[in-house]
Amino acid sequence: MSDAAVAVHGLVKRFGEIEAVKGIDFQVLPGEIFGFLGPNGAGKSTTINMLCTLLRPTEGRAEVAGHDVVTERDDVRRNIGLVFQDPTLDGYLSGEQNLRFHAELYGVPRSLVPDRMRQVLEMVGLWDRREDLVQTYSGGMKRRLEIARGLLHSPRVLFLDEPTVGLDPQTRSSIWDYIRQLKETEEITIFLTTHYMDEAEHCSRIAIMDQGGIVALDTPEALKAGVGKDRVRIQTGDDEAAIAALGELFGLEAGMSEGMVTFAVASGEEFVPRLFAELGIPIKSVSVARPSLDDVFMSFTGRTIRDAEGTAADRMRMAMRVRGR
Amino acid sequence: MMTITTEPAAGVVRVRVPRRSIAHDLRAVKIVLHRELIRFWRDRMRMVSGLVQPVLWLLVMGTGLSNLARSGGGPAGEVNLKTFIFPGVCAMSVMFTAMFSAGSIVWDREFGFLREMLVAPVSRSAIVIGKCIGGAFVATLQGAVIVALAGLAGVPYDPLLLVELLAIMFLGAFALTGFGVMMAARIKTMQAFFALMQMAMMPMMFLSGALYPLAGLPTWLTILTRFNPLTYAVDPLRQAVFAHLNVSPELERTFNPGVTWNGWVVPVWLELCIVAAMGLSLMGVAIMEFRRGD
Repeated sequence: MSDAAVAVHGLVKRFGEIEAVKGIDFQVLPGEIFGFLGPNGAGKSTTINMLCTLLRPTEGRAEVAGHDVVTERDDVRRNIGLVFQDPTLDGYLSGEQNLRFHAELYGVPRSLVPDRMRQVLEMVGLWDRREDLVQTYSGGMKRRLEIARGLLHSPRVLFLDEPTVGLDPQTRSSIWDYIRQLKETEEITIFLTTHYMDEAEHCSRIAIMDQGGIVALDTPEALKAGVGKDRVRIQTGDDEAAIAALGELFGLEAGMSEGMVTFAVASGEEFVPRLFAELGIPIKSVSVARPSLDDVFMSFTGRTIRDAEGTAADRMRMAMRVRGR
Repeated sequence: MMTITTEPAAGVVRVRVPRRSIAHDLRAVKIVLHRELIRFWRDRMRMVSGLVQPVLWLLVMGTGLSNLARSGGGPAGEVNLKTFIFPGVCAMSVMFTAMFSAGSIVWDREFGFLREMLVAPVSRSAIVIGKCIGGAFVATLQGAVIVALAGLAGVPYDPLLLVELLAIMFLGAFALTGFGVMMAARIKTMQAFFALMQMAMMPMMFLSGALYPLAGLPTWLTILTRFNPLTYAVDPLRQAVFAHLNVSPELERTFNPGVTWNGWVVPVWLELCIVAAMGLSLMGVAIMEFRRGD
């Protein structure tokens, strides 16, 4: 047994021929907000399902809250809260009844139920709507109720699988407020998956996942610093000539992105004066940006997360067929 | 190793989830059952629509066939055909409701709620038992509405009879829910479930003695009816009804011949045991299926 909230060793999951998770290792520390970042189909949900005992690993070991996910399944289940990508609420019950169902199923001591229920409902701002049927809730309210429910039994680790997918920007940011608030008020470790780069920035540490493996794991700052290159975007009179010239004169690989010539270079600010002096093609505008997590993903996988989604969708379809449930 | 310390803020209610115990499993059974009842109550349309078919059978078919029996000079005599069909109609309505309740497992799977139940630290058996008892309760409630119509079919409102009918219906409903849950364990879509149920329910109803007496049938039909579990749920209902009627032995023999195995009349207690045993074993299979799905 280790101190880690989640400890994973050589975890593999195969669906028939397809290796959805290809032997990953990592640890999540108590109190962290740990993010799994990657395109759809990278194996994030498969990993989360193994950690929360819904899928049996093909190989390897994982411990959650100090308990083995295969041999001590009930102990794991008592100590985790889950918010799934797809809703798992009963629309025919009220918000309060959904929570009560959960409390009974988890055996929450009866004397604590009313207070705890009020606390989690107030936190997500649904106390006033508790008696309404869940089918009358909006998408954002349903997700908030699921978060409240996931917290009802004071889990030590809360798993959030794409907690903000399909929500409007305002609701997304309020969900992040709850997550941060949680870290302050509860003794809890948060493990989440996302394919939104901007959301990954909120995490204490992130693991970048691609094609079933972890390609990088660190704090968002360290990952970005590791790229070591800034992104420079210029508008020129002749973009094709500019791309050619960048290659010939500076040995830089440039490409078109959103109508601008884009390339990565170390210490961009210092490079810009040289660019103006030596390029020989009129430059209309220039911008220099610090590396984003997009660039991190690009530097580890050679493509953008959006490109990766396309190919991953095919893999996912295959995996779903094999899995059949 | 780096640790991030989080001090719980004052006033936060901390819950400690207890280890698994029988008491905890019982709580789970109760809440799963409770949910079935809440949902049945919320969905009153279902209660009304569930009444249409039995009432049609009872009033329309029962009345129509009574005429036929009378004009054909049949031995209907003082036995109203509606009275004869009544236990069969009770069984039918219970069967439809029980299957529908079992189908809610498929619905739960489609809408994700099943996952909420399956990741909880309770045994699979608690969930399946809760579903089966809940389904049986709901079906009996629906059956009670039909029983309330007893007067229309010339069945006396004897409190003892009503209790007997409800008890037998509960047992039958339990077995049928067990059957439904067992099927639902492997089926992924609501459409498939209903198609399969339709396929199973119609023959079960027609081969059960719900609509005709089980004596003097051709051999093939006799054999088929004896293998139909529903037969053993319908017959006790009819026995109970006829025990509270005044009919001549001759008519009793025609309309209430009981179920025979090669000439031997199967006693009611054995019939009830057969139904209970079916229910328990189907539920056992359902539990095993949910365990294996883990």
